[in-house]
Amino acid sequence: MSKVLIKGNEAVIRGALLAGCKNFFGYPITPASEIAEAAAYYFPLLGGTFLQAESEIGAINMVYGAASFSTRCMTASSSPGISLKMEGISYLAGAELPCVIIDVMRGGPGLGNIAPEQSDYNQIVKGGGHGNYRLITLAPNSAQEMCDLTMLAFELSDKYRNPAVVLADGIIGQMMEPVEFPEPVQVIPERPWAVRGTQDSHNLICSIQLDPDLLEKHNLHLQAKYAKMAKDEIRFEAIRCDDAEHIFIGYGIVSRILHSVVETLRAEGIKAGLFRPITLFPFPTPQFDAFAKDPKIKSLFVCELSAGQMVDDVRLAVNGKKPVNLHTRMGGNVPTVKEIVDKFKESR
Amino acid sequence: MKTTILQKPASFYDDFVLKGGTQTHNTHYCPGCGHGILHKLIAEALSDFNIQDRTVLISPVGCSVFAYYYFDVGNIQSAHGRAPAVATGYKRANPDSIMISYQGDGDLAAIGANEILQAANRGEQMTVFFVNNAIYGMTGGQMAPTTLIGQKSTTTPRGRTSQNEGFPLRMSEIIATLEAPVYVERVMLTDAKNIARTRKAVRKALKIQIDKKGFSFVEVLSACPTGWKMTPVNSKKWITDVLAKHFEPGVKKDESEDREPVITLHPQPHFDEFHELLDIKSLTDKIRGVKVPEVKPLADEIKIAGFGGQGILSMGYALANIAMGHRYQVSWLPSYGPEMRGGTANCSVKISDRRIASPLVDDPTVLVAMNKPSLKRFEQDVQPGGIILYDSGLIDTPPERTDLTVIGIPATDEADKLGSTKAANMIMLGAYAKLRGYLSEAYVCKALPMIIKNTMFRELNEQAFKRGMELVQ
Repeated sequence: MSKVLIKGNEAVIRGALLAGCKNFFGYPITPASEIAEAAAYYFPLLGGTFLQAESEIGAINMVYGAASFSTRCMTASSSPGISLKMEGISYLAGAELPCVIIDVMRGGPGLGNIAPEQSDYNQIVKGGGHGNYRLITLAPNSAQEMCDLTMLAFELSDKYRNPAVVLADGIIGQMMEPVEFPEPVQVIPERPWAVRGTQDSHNLICSIQLDPDLLEKHNLHLQAKYAKMAKDEIRFEAIRCDDAEHIFIGYGIVSRILHSVVETLRAEGIKAGLFRPITLFPFPTPQFDAFAKDPKIKSLFVCELSAGQMVDDVRLAVNGKKPVNLHTRMGGNVPTVKEIVDKFKESR
Repeated sequence: MKTTILQKPASFYDDFVLKGGTQTHNTHYCPGCGHGILHKLIAEALSDFNIQDRTVLISPVGCSVFAYYYFDVGNIQSAHGRAPAVATGYKRANPDSIMISYQGDGDLAAIGANEILQAANRGEQMTVFFVNNAIYGMTGGQMAPTTLIGQKSTTTPRGRTSQNEGFPLRMSEIIATLEAPVYVERVMLTDAKNIARTRKAVRKALKIQIDKKGFSFVEVLSACPTGWKMTPVNSKKWITDVLAKHFEPGVKKDESEDREPVITLHPQPHFDEFHELLDIKSLTDKIRGVKVPEVKPLADEIKIAGFGGQGILSMGYALANIAMGHRYQVSWLPSYGPEMRGGTANCSVKISDRRIASPLVDDPTVLVAMNKPSLKRFEQDVQPGGIILYDSGLIDTPPERTDLTVIGIPATDEADKLGSTKAANMIMLGAYAKLRGYLSEAYVCKALPMIIKNTMFRELNEQAFKRGMELVQ
């Protein structure tokens, strides 16, 4: 075992560089700034480039430019900054450019505050920009996963020619935990479509299709790609779900708290389990469908740091076959274990 | 007599296939439009400089959104106004390319005014061709940032007024005030003489980039007979008689002779060096030869609290690091968000022999209180049977709880005796270690200098840690 105690935000940059990322473009914002700071320090050391852009809009469009070439590139921000990037993200998705975007969510709406929230779920998982597009969305719940899922985001982003988002929250970004870092990725997949500016790559990167038939065809191609992701890329963690009668559902920091909730309830003899989506898109719908059909399971309990955004997907997936309870906190407040245990008992 | 054969430049496609339809030899531009002429001047230059195979051209939003129909180079189509940012990103990733940002007036001077200004100010190695026709052509003749006062457009049906829409922006003059740009010139596509001037400017701007000298900017006054509702002939006359009076042609800045090439080198270390360079060599790898005790069942939930500057966060960081070195699971969470008020600091550390579920500490098993407000705030949260360590030199009213272990440590006073108040946190760490009994003193002494990087306190920290242990005797 060879581990380093490190902040989630700093693990992101180590993971990115180990994944072969070469270009970072960002704009400072709390609670994501450590990512840009670490990038500013480490990217030049490893032969990459770091640039603090003039704006979030500038940063995401620089990513669009770099992604058109054949290197791995990324940006990082937090909720209000991500809102600003939405135009560029829609273009990236439309032009099918691989890149990684880190969103360390904070409180909203508007300027909100810098405390942890999970209220970017809809703008990341459901869209946020214009058009029919999807973003591969990975939700880490530890510093280790801030590294691992950043690396995975690069891999999936290349595999599907699609932007991938690591959707973290303020606590996961700020918390320090032991992280075991893998060896660097040495071979990056070929990108025959890239604009390398050489004789054999007079390629075109664009998202405009004036002909309705061609644009519909492009949309159908994108939808087929998303369907393939939904088939092949679902990731989740299930803890003590096998004999569970009550399934607790949360992602990011909430899933860690729910883990303690499950342990507490188990100690009281209540058969509780934790189900944590790691991919928010593709959403683990088949697993929820299985819960819906499982006669052992009496209820589902969703907890989120938002007014309840992921819960919509849970409810769609179980399709009314099981009661879905919800406990939410907002504004940067984080529920205690006892609070959730009490809410659960009230709901029974 | 010498014969010149006029032909299509090699940097254009033979057929404009992407354009679709049957007319694959014509452009999509209207009769009398300046884009076609400028395209040709650029394409000729790319061929003559032999840079076609390393050129990447950004097609903006506007009439030239389809520039990629024609240029047989690398093509990227970008969002409205963002071409300079896209070009920046591309050029940083591929410094050997020749990057052309081709933009219209709405794109460059309105929605993308910030992007162009910032790219120019950074002196990005790119060439910008700015087509100014004082109107939004693509969207059907709305006002542009360069529309003249009094000029009618579909969104200034009574003519532009300075009171309502402000004044037409002179972008070349603005760009020329910046330090970084090498060359800024305004030209116009009117008669043969001025087209020749434009040709010269296009070549000069590209040559500057080939020589890696930096940012160049060519503004081209260009006709939009459709948008202006004029004949092509009258349009050209209007440029000379009216448009050029407000947007005066000429060189606005030229430092091309004085500039040296700017070459940025990116050293590429070997993969074997990555972990070292990324500072991710683990503590256990660095500390050899110190045996740590066997892992025992443990579930410490520690809250450390005090004033900012008392080393609260670094005490927690050191403790978590040391416990990790003893093969325990750990987490460290700083006060963050709404908790950060009034100069107080606290952190939560969890140490366990098992996987840590929630890293948040709601009810600590151990409270380390370094000032009065912290003790007051967290005392009631401590679990029965737990431990409260408090700085008895700074806190005059001891904890009231009787259902747990309370130990006063005059940490600050003792630290002062050792030579620095700053070592109080390490005294508390020593006291904790002694009380809990699962940490190796030898390991801590070896690890501390690697964890707390400040060399000024290297010896002091070790002394303070040992003093803390003694105080619990």
